[in-house]
Order: sequence, then C-alpha cells, then structure tokens
Amino acid sequence: MSPAERSQRWRAALLWAWALSVVVFMYLPAVCLLLASSTSSRYFIFPITRWGFDWWQKTFDSIQIHELFKTSISIALLVTVIAVTIAFFGALAFARYDWKGRSLYQKIVLLPIFFPQSVLGLALLLWFNALGLPLSWKTAVFAHLVWIVPVVTLVISIQVYSFDPALEEAAFDLGATRWQVMKEVTLPVLFPGIFSGCLFAFLLSWGNFPLSLFTTGADTTVPEYLYAKMVAGYTPGVPVLGTVSTITAAILLLGGYGLIVLRRRARLK
Amino acid sequence: MAEVSAQDAIAAPARPAKAPVWRLRAGPANAVPIILFLLIGFAAPLAAVIGYSVMPPRTFSLWQAPTLDNYESVFNSTSYISFLWSLGLAAVTVLLLALICYPVAYGLTRVFGRWATLLTLLFTIPLFVSENVRLYGWILFFIKNGVLLGTLKSWFGVELESWLFTEGIIVLGMVYVYLPFMLFPMTLGVSMVPTETRDAAFDLGATRWQVFKEVDLPLSMPGIIIGFLLSFVLAVGAIAEAKVLGGQQVIPITHDIEIAFTYAQNWPLGSALAVLLMLVVGALVLLVLRRFDLDIILGRR
Repeated sequence: MSPAERSQRWRAALLWAWALSVVVFMYLPAVCLLLASSTSSRYFIFPITRWGFDWWQKTFDSIQIHELFKTSISIALLVTVIAVTIAFFGALAFARYDWKGRSLYQKIVLLPIFFPQSVLGLALLLWFNALGLPLSWKTAVFAHLVWIVPVVTLVISIQVYSFDPALEEAAFDLGATRWQVMKEVTLPVLFPGIFSGCLFAFLLSWGNFPLSLFTTGADTTVPEYLYAKMVAGYTPGVPVLGTVSTITAAILLLGGYGLIVLRRRARLK
Repeated sequence: MAEVSAQDAIAAPARPAKAPVWRLRAGPANAVPIILFLLIGFAAPLAAVIGYSVMPPRTFSLWQAPTLDNYESVFNSTSYISFLWSLGLAAVTVLLLALICYPVAYGLTRVFGRWATLLTLLFTIPLFVSENVRLYGWILFFIKNGVLLGTLKSWFGVELESWLFTEGIIVLGMVYVYLPFMLFPMTLGVSMVPTETRDAAFDLGATRWQVFKEVDLPLSMPGIIIGFLLSFVLAVGAIAEAKVLGGQQVIPITHDIEIAFTYAQNWPLGSALAVLLMLVVGALVLLVLRRFDLDIILGRR
C-alpha cells in the first residue's frame, strides 16, 4: 500500500468515525426515551432495576390517548392531502416552466420556511382572532399548511428539476389531451417526488408543536399533550409516546424509501 | 375547423416556436393556488401582527386609533437583553454546526458511496419527532440519576452535579435540533463541486489545504450560506431549548413574546416584539436570498 493510499484510507476512516458519532449524537435522546419507557417504576432512575412494559400497556389503554391520536392523525391526513395538491402545481411553477417572475416566486414560496414557527403560530392566532374564527383542530390544519406547503413544494420541485419536459411535449404531439398527459406522463414520472412530499407533509404535521400550540384551541395534539405532561411533572407515559413517535417516523421513512427503491428496480426489469 | 387546419399546415414549421408561448402561461397558472394560499395564510397574518403592534396596550381589537406606545415601551424595557441572548445563542450554534456538519457533508458526497442514502435517511428521521420530545430525551440523559450521571455513579462511583439548566446545555440542544437544517443544504453545496475541478487542482500540485480553500469552499459556498441562513433564522426563533433544557435561566426573545401573549395578556406589546424580530429575520433572509439563483443550487445547472 502506497503512503498516499494509506493516508486516503485514514481519512476515510476518520470521516466515518465522525459521521457515526454524529448519528449516535442524534439518536442518544431517542435511546434515553426508550430506556425510560421500559421501566416498571414510577420514576426514572438509571441504571434500571425493574424492567417492564407496564407503562406501554397503560398508555395504550388510556381513552384520552386514543382521542389525542385521533386528533393528530386527522390533522396530519388532511394536511397531507391539501398540501400535496397545492404543492404539486406550485412545484411545476417552481421548476418546470420558465416564466417571468419565477425567480421572485421561488423566493416568496421559500419565505415561510425561513420564518420562526412560534412567531408564525402567534401571527396566525391574531389573524384567526381578527377574522372571528373559533379555534379548533381545523384552524390547526390551516396553520400547519402555511409552513408545510412550502416545504412540500421544495421537496417535489427537486424531483421536477430532473423531469424532462420533452416527454410531455412528445405526448402532446402524439395527440394526447392535457388530462391524459397529466395522468399518463407527468404524474407517474414525478411519483417519487410526490410520494416523498406526502411523507414529509404527514410527518411534519404529526410532529409539529409550535404551530399547534397557538391554533388548536380546545383540541389537543400528541406533541401538545406531551409538552403539558413534561411541564407538569414526570410520568413514564411521556417516554412511551416519544418512543412510539420516533419508531413510527423511522418505519414510515425507511419503509417509504424501500418502496421507492423496489419500484425503481421493478421498472428497470 | 378548416381554417385552423389550413393555418396549421402553413405554419407547421413554426410549431416549436409556439410552445414557449404556452409555457409562459402555464407557469403563472400553476403558481396561482400557492400564491393565493400564502396571501391569506402568510401575508395576511403578518399584516395582522403589524396591525396589532400599533394598537393601544392591552387591547384585543384591531380597529382602534393607531399608536406607537408599544414600540416605545419595548425600547424603554430590557427586551434588548433577550434579543442579544437569542442572536448570541444562534450565532454560537451556527458556528458549531458548520464545524460539525462540514466533514459529514463531505463524507456523504465523496466517501460514503452507497451508504450515503441510508445515513441521510438516519439524519432525516429525528426531524419528524416533535422537538420537545427529543429535548426531553436529553433531560433523561443529563438529569441526576439519569443515563449519564447514573452510569457514572454506579460504575465508577463518581458523583457529579447535573449540567442541566446552564447555557452550555441550551447550545447543545440547539445544535442537536438544528443539525439537519445545516447538514442538508451544506451537502447540496458540497455536491456542487465537480470532481474534475478538484482532480485538476491536485494534478497542478495544489496541497489538500489549497484545494479546500480555493476549490471546495468557494464552489460549495451557495449551499453553505443557505445552511447558515436557515439554521441561524430557526435558531433565533428557538424557544423550546431554553425552556426545556435551560430551565428558564435564559429568556430568549421568543419567550418574551410568548409571555406577552399569555401571562401578560398584552397582545399589542407581544406583536411589537414580534415585528422587531420579523424585521431582523426578514432583512437577513432577503439580503442573502436575493443574491442566489435557486435553480443552480437545487439541481438545474
């Protein structure tokens, strides 16, 4: 092995070590939550002496928790459907077509992403109040959309950038109607982007706290409930729900990515 | 119909020239829904905040004679301390993030090969778990008899004071929460540096440091700057880290705003603070974004 090769190896090894430590850093809190959720005692004392999953049982049997899940899932599903619809067209304008004012449009769309969410939540609260709208989970859907639509637009746009407009034009030349082109060409080709957009929309809404805090009114989402419990004092239900959230996100994302890879392979065959 | 087809026949070679006209119209048409939505969902709420900020203190209606009282009381108060804390903590966070993320971004683009996708996914997953919950995990780690101190105590017999509720832990929490927002734009930036350019520099005898300084850094600058901007702006708006991990030792500006809205029931004052924060953030974002062509960063070369 030449000295140059050896130093190359060393550098790669160092980079791997660094990246893996960052991964550990990112997952350390999740591991702590998992540990705290699997003890039978009322308080968390490490090292754990009494292992057990009774708190998982108790948390899942609670009717209040079922209600929370129902609220959070309804919000997230509605947000996903609306956000992806608006963002799909938004992404076409963002990356597919050349038009005057596009560069300005791109920046306007990104503006809400570059905005402190807690302030955005308050601004929406003032706005709903000025309009005289009663706060409920429906206003929270609207609030989530303000932040999530731009994010999903960006996610889909990245796919649209690699889309060849000639495909659409070829279909038009072959006599396809606008609707047929959309259904047979544009949507299938952009599917991976739309699919990731759905995942992002659902998960970002599911995990959102700052926007929900000011806009749900009397309804409560899972992150809001967790925050209230955290402030009020320790209960092992918090780590249980936290672990459930992390695992759900992991399964949806890794599973979703797996699906995209499988689909691509099936196509290549 | 006959007329049209005759025209088509004559104008047949001009068909490709017709396409751009249609495209010009399709672009704005697709942009209409999102623009309308952002008008009522983003521009109008911000206008409402500005409106409330010039209402008399401790009132809840938008239709009164405007006054600048709130701004006056903000400038006469100690809110500037909270502003400085927010900006300072955000600045430290962003600098640490740059140092932590660059090697990872470099590895993701040049070294990790097919593992890069899996690693990217691993960095994405925590984004979808509510910030509070993840910060709570850190509390369990650092708290007395928690994962860290409990292990030290039972294995090594060392008893330490908990580090919770200090400025250091707040910075740790912010670095942790905003890491993906620095990492992903930075990775995009680093992947914009063509391998050929780096190879050429090496062939011409440049040292590793020279390549980094003269090739890697300038060419990946757009992504790096977007990463700086995004993480800084989000960190300035951070509130949970100081509340959950900092035990309210440090009051960032967002916390001041929240207090004005909740305990103090002084919406106009809170709005005035929010407007000032929006000005700082907005000026920064517009200043930086204006200089970029997003098409180049996001994929179209």
